[in-house]
Formats: sequence, C-alpha cells, structure tokens
Amino acid sequence: MDRNQSRRQVAAMKQSLFDQGLLDEQFIQLEELQDDANPNFVEEIVTLHYRDSSRLITSIEQALKERNPLDFNKLDTLMHQFKGSSSSIGAKKVKAECNLFREYCRAGSAEGCMRSFQQLKREYAALRKKLEAYFQLARQAGPQETACRSK
Amino acid sequence: MNLGNGKGSTSSSPLKTGDAVSDQFPAGLRVLVVDDDPTCLMILERMLRACLYEVTKCKRAEVALSLLRENKNGFDIVLSDVHMPDMDGFKLLEHIGLEMDLPVIMMSADDGKSVVMKGVTHGACDYLIKPVRIEALKNIWQHVIRKRKNGLKDVEQSGSVEEGDRLLKGCDDGDYSSSVNENKTSKKRRDEEEEGDERDDSSTLKKPRVVWSVELHQQFMAAVNQLGIDKAVPKKILELMNVPGLTRENVASHLQKYRLYLRRLSGVSQQQGNLNNSFISSQDATFGATSITGIDLQTLSVAGQLPAQSLAKLQAAGLGRTTAKAGVSMPLSDQQNLFSFENPRLRFAERSLHHLSNSKPINLLHGIPTNMEPKQLINLHQSTQTLGNLNMRVNAPAAQNNPLLMQMAQSQPRAQMRSENADSHVTRFPSSLVQPIVPNDISNGVLGNGITGTSNITTAYNTVSQNSSLLSFPMNQTNEMSVSSFPRRSTPSLTSIPTKGMFHEEGTSDIKGPGGFVPSYDMFNELHHQKSHDWDLTNTGITYDSSQHANPLQGNIDVSPSVLVHQGFPSMQQSVRTRDTTSIGKAMFSTGEGIQGNLQNVGQHLNNPVDNSVRVKAERFPDPSSQINNLFSDQYGHEDLVTAFLKQQEGVGPSDNELDFDGYSLDNIPV
Repeated sequence: MDRNQSRRQVAAMKQSLFDQGLLDEQFIQLEELQDDANPNFVEEIVTLHYRDSSRLITSIEQALKERNPLDFNKLDTLMHQFKGSSSSIGAKKVKAECNLFREYCRAGSAEGCMRSFQQLKREYAALRKKLEAYFQLARQAGPQETACRSK
Repeated sequence: MNLGNGKGSTSSSPLKTGDAVSDQFPAGLRVLVVDDDPTCLMILERMLRACLYEVTKCKRAEVALSLLRENKNGFDIVLSDVHMPDMDGFKLLEHIGLEMDLPVIMMSADDGKSVVMKGVTHGACDYLIKPVRIEALKNIWQHVIRKRKNGLKDVEQSGSVEEGDRLLKGCDDGDYSSSVNENKTSKKRRDEEEEGDERDDSSTLKKPRVVWSVELHQQFMAAVNQLGIDKAVPKKILELMNVPGLTRENVASHLQKYRLYLRRLSGVSQQQGNLNNSFISSQDATFGATSITGIDLQTLSVAGQLPAQSLAKLQAAGLGRTTAKAGVSMPLSDQQNLFSFENPRLRFAERSLHHLSNSKPINLLHGIPTNMEPKQLINLHQSTQTLGNLNMRVNAPAAQNNPLLMQMAQSQPRAQMRSENADSHVTRFPSSLVQPIVPNDISNGVLGNGITGTSNITTAYNTVSQNSSLLSFPMNQTNEMSVSSFPRRSTPSLTSIPTKGMFHEEGTSDIKGPGGFVPSYDMFNELHHQKSHDWDLTNTGITYDSSQHANPLQGNIDVSPSVLVHQGFPSMQQSVRTRDTTSIGKAMFSTGEGIQGNLQNVGQHLNNPVDNSVRVKAERFPDPSSQINNLFSDQYGHEDLVTAFLKQQEGVGPSDNELDFDGYSLDNIPV
C-alpha cells in the first residue's frame, strides 16, 4: 500500500541516518517522547534546534574572524553550547566535530579550529538537509507509530 | 520504579512541601528546570512531563531565582544547567541552597571530572551529563525525599520529625524504597554524601534530628571560636559544647556547612571589602562584608526585634541550611543579648561581632556561620552585589558597628546583619543596599526563628544575598528582595525593618504600633508590589504587636534599614533603644513568618529605590552610639532605610533617631 510503502521508506531513511553515524541514541529517546499528545515532537525539537544553533554558528564564525589573536576561550564556550544543543537532538557526527574543534581550541591551534569548523559546518548542513527530507516524508506518510521501543 | 503510566498524562496531586507524601508520588513532583538552551529546555520539559512531574521551565537563572523566592514552597526540586550566560549554574545552586534549601541537580554536556566535582562541593544533589535521558529523570524524586529526611534530622521540633516520617512513610512502598536503594545514582550519592549523615541513622527512617537552634549554634560558635577555626574538629567542639544528645556527626555536618559558609564569605568579602569599610563604624570593619543577608540579620537584630536567640537560630539555620523550624524561641531576654552585639555568642567568627556598643557588625543570622568577617559585613553594605554573594555571610559584626544591627538587632539577630555599625553603616548602605536586607529567605529564617513557625531562616539569608539586588535593588528580576514580603502590617516591628533594613524604631519615631509597622514594606510594597506577596507581615501570624514597638533597636538605628529590612523586622524598633528587645524580637520573629513573605516583598520593594524615603530616614538615624532607636518606620522604603542607614553611618543621623519617615504611613503597607 501506499501508506505502508511510505512508512517503510521513512523507516528506511531513518535507519540509514543511523547507519551512517549521523544520528545516535538520543534521537530515539526523542522519538519515544512523541505520542498522541505530542505528535510532532521530534520535528519541533529539531526545528527549534536549527533555529537556535544557526545563531551560534554565526557567532562562532564571527569569533573566528577576529583573528589576531583568536579568542580560544570564547570559541570554546560557544562551541560548548553548540555541542550541548547538537547532542540533545542526537546529531552524532556534528557532536564529534564539536569535540574536535574544542580540542583545537585547547591546543590553541587556529588552523585546526578553522579547518574543524569548516568540516563541522558541512556536517551540520548535511544533517539538516537529511532531516528535513526525513520529516517531510514522515509527514506525508501520515501519523505513524514512531520508534517504539519497549520501555 | 513505577512512575506511572502513559506518557502524556499530566501529573496529579502535587507533592506539597512538608506535607505527607501524596499517594501518587512521585507524580506531581514540582520541578523547576533552568537552561539557557531552548532545545534542551524543551526536551527536558517534555521528559519531565512524561515522568508525570509538574514542570516549570526557565531560561534564565535570575528568573528562576525570583520564581523560587516568590513561591517558596512552590517547588520540590530544581534542575539547572551549569553554563548559563546570566549566572553561573553553581552560583544559582548556592543561592538556592542557602535560601530555599531545595535539592538541586546540575546538568551539563561537560563531563569533566573537575566540573562534576565542583557540583559536589557546591552542594548539588546530583550531576547529569547531557544529553539527559529520561531514565535519569525518573529517579530525581529520591533527592527530594532524601533532603527532607536529612533536613528533619536537624530539627528539634517534633513537627518536622513527623513530617519527615510522613514523607518517608509515603515512600515506603516497596517500589520506591527498593528502587531508591538500587538506583546507582542514589547509591553513589549515598556513598559520597550520605554516609556521614546517615551513618547514625538507624535503619528506620525516623531519626531524631538535631535542630540547630540559635542557642545551639551559639554554643557551636563559641566552641569553634574557642578552639580556633583551624583547630576546630567535631570531636572537640562536641566536647566543648557539652550538649547531651548531640553526636559528633551532627557537629561534623554542621561544621562542614559552616566552613562552606565561611569560604563563601571570604570569597565575597574580598569583593566587598569596600562596602564594609564604610559601614563599619568606628570599629574596624572587621567584619567583612556582611553579605547582604547579613545585613538583614543585622538589621533585624538591630531592630532589636530579633531576639538574640532568633538570630542565632537564624544563623544556625542558615548555617545548617536547615529549614529549621527553629522557632527561635529564645527568651527575649536572651535575645537582647544576642543582638546587643556584645553578645559574644553571636560572634561567628572570633570577632566579637556583636557588640552592640561596639560597632561591630553582627552577622546575625546568616544562617551560615556568622563569621562574617567584618569585611564582609562591610561589603554588605557596600554593595548590593555583595548581597548576592553574601547571602549568608551576614556577619553580624558587633552591633556596634552596625548601627543597624546594633540597635536594631538588639534583639534581633538580623540575619546577617550587616555589620554595619550602627552608626555609620547605615548610611552606608546605598539605597540599593538597603533593600536586600532581608533576603526573602532570610527573613524567614531570621524571623522564623524567632517567629512562630517560620523556620526558614536559612532561606532568609539567602534571599538577601541572592538578590544581589538587595543592595542594589534594582531588582531586576522580580523581587529579588526578599523583602518583598515583609509583612508590614501585622508586625510592626518587622515590617519596617525588613527590607529596609531600617527598622524603624517605633518608639521614638513614628513607629506606629505594630500595625503601622509595615512601613518599610509599605513603601516597598507600594513600590514594588511585585507579586502579591502575601508574606506581608501583616499577617503572618507574627505577633508583632505593635505594642511591642519597643523594638529594642537600640537607638542606633544606624543599622541601615536595610538591615532591618531583611527580615522584615518590624521597623518598629524605632525608638527601640532600649526597648525590650524581647518584645521586638518577638515581633520580629513572629513576623518572621510574615517576613518571609515579606522579605520577599521587601526585597522587591527594596528594589524600588525609594531614594527619598530612605534618605530621609537616614537622617534620623541616631548616631551610632545611640542605638537604633529609630525603628525605621515602615515608611522607610527599603531604599530609604538604606540611605538612612548610610547616612547615619556618616554620622548624619541625629541622635534622636527619630525616624521620620515622611510619607510613609504605616497604613500603606500593602498586605
């Protein structure tokens, strides 16, 4: 059936996100919070996250521009916030990049920070796109049981 | 643990603080969650709801604090992020611990050992690593129970024991107890913290608690002072105290709190140093900044309202962070001593803080050892900010120093009385300072001790400090000032004092009887009215009868009203000079209850700088020597009190301390 097919697609897409290491356990936790009373909880959270984190991305970019010298403490703080937010939606790869960036901050490597940040932005954008596609498909497939793991 | 059922269902009957545990516990647990990240905040809220808790979320620490202050018993537990832009999570943690003594759980994406350790040392009940899983949240209720149980331990009053028992009983269901035992978090905590406290407990949950009453705390302080803070070990302290039934463990945990308090004070005092200086009158401003809370105490004490005992109690309470139901029931006569600053007992720190005659600021009541270094006391005065920190620091430097304290405190150990020397310190308080005087919580605490039933002395202190605004009241947030709730009406004495720190002395000036007392609050209330603070002194059962006006605030109302204000001590004390502190104290305490609320109000009010009023009053303040005769009449807005005190400090105040609060009519006390 169309519906079933859609649902299968959605499930498959989700699974691939996990397989690629883009999402982790936290995403499932969010899905478990979704229910009839909160049917679009995950999407709402993700949307909120992207809205809020883009602000952080901008701040970090700004801070990276003030180069001489780089304020590593500030960068570290900003990245810490960004990491917290990203990990709360289960963005696994993005979170890993955050850690890397912070390592470079601690090491005082401007070069490392710049590079790591570029990579982070790529990962961030890629996941965002995929999640948008995912949610779109999920909406089309209609209300379905979300990941239901037996509690 | 069986939390219940489906997701999406909301919590049922809330668990009221102090009440018997509801059958549905932990459902209905009232949680306040603070996190600046909106994503995390939303997730947490959702998770907590799924656990059937009643959730309130907050993006900013300041807002959270004011929420907590306004509604002292409105929450059971707090979850807070560590890194927040407006206030460090640990600072919030301290404030909450001091003022409200609620369990606080810290959260962070940071799992570094040092950060976690910091959480432990600052008194966090638990530390969760983000992203937080719902399983971790399902067990947070255990911290509430644990805290209650431990809290009861320190309370002499049977009431608390019963309460604790009830609470415990409610949790006696197999599910809960077993899960509590099995929960690794709890186990961990137990290993870390509970051992000491609970070792003495028999397997039953009922264990008579030791209430660190004012007297007891005084004895403790005396012992510590005698031994020297460095050499003070629980065993020796216990021996010196010679209190039957007190165990080494009780002393040990109390000492630990005291030490933490001292540490905090010293941290603050450094900043505050300046503040205090100004306040400390003739004597050395030895007492460091009396954290604002201290001021409160002092003011309270200055107001003479707060019987020494109460003050001690408050202090004790503050120290112990216990919700001491301490009704500080110190005999009034004793109280007088306490606050009379000569009272060595009050000295928290070797300094003889209290000399009413000396100008040592008295740190009464801060709840935390009143070893407020004079510096601290000063600080209190000096900066409102310090208030925040000081909270507990209220060193009640000898009353002498604090005009406020001294005089006022005669009987009132103002919580943390500002070490302001009666004479001049008062003036020192910047208007803003005055405000905090009574930290909301403190007031409770302070007052509570003396006052019937209000035992939240500890909290009282906190409020003051917390508010940083106390001094500066600009309470940006909401009533930071504990003052807000000073009941004005009912207790004449209290009201005036609290917040404004200036307890108006009734006698001489306008203190119009108890009812009238509310002057300070009135001002504040009117000014602020932040939320209807019910605490208003008006009623809280405080028996400040105006008759008491005698607020012994000894003449020196120098104690800046702010000090008084804290606790909402009825400013009745205006002409308290020699008034029987007892009466005032009584009033103060009774208002304590009210004060608690009022303090908050007052705090709020204080926020509103009532510059003129305060200043006006300041003039009145009698010179340091005189003791706070003037009770700061209600009319003192908190600001007035502060300024009044400050002025006094500068010797402006006329000796007759007649506080002439213009325009403040007691009647205005918004109740």
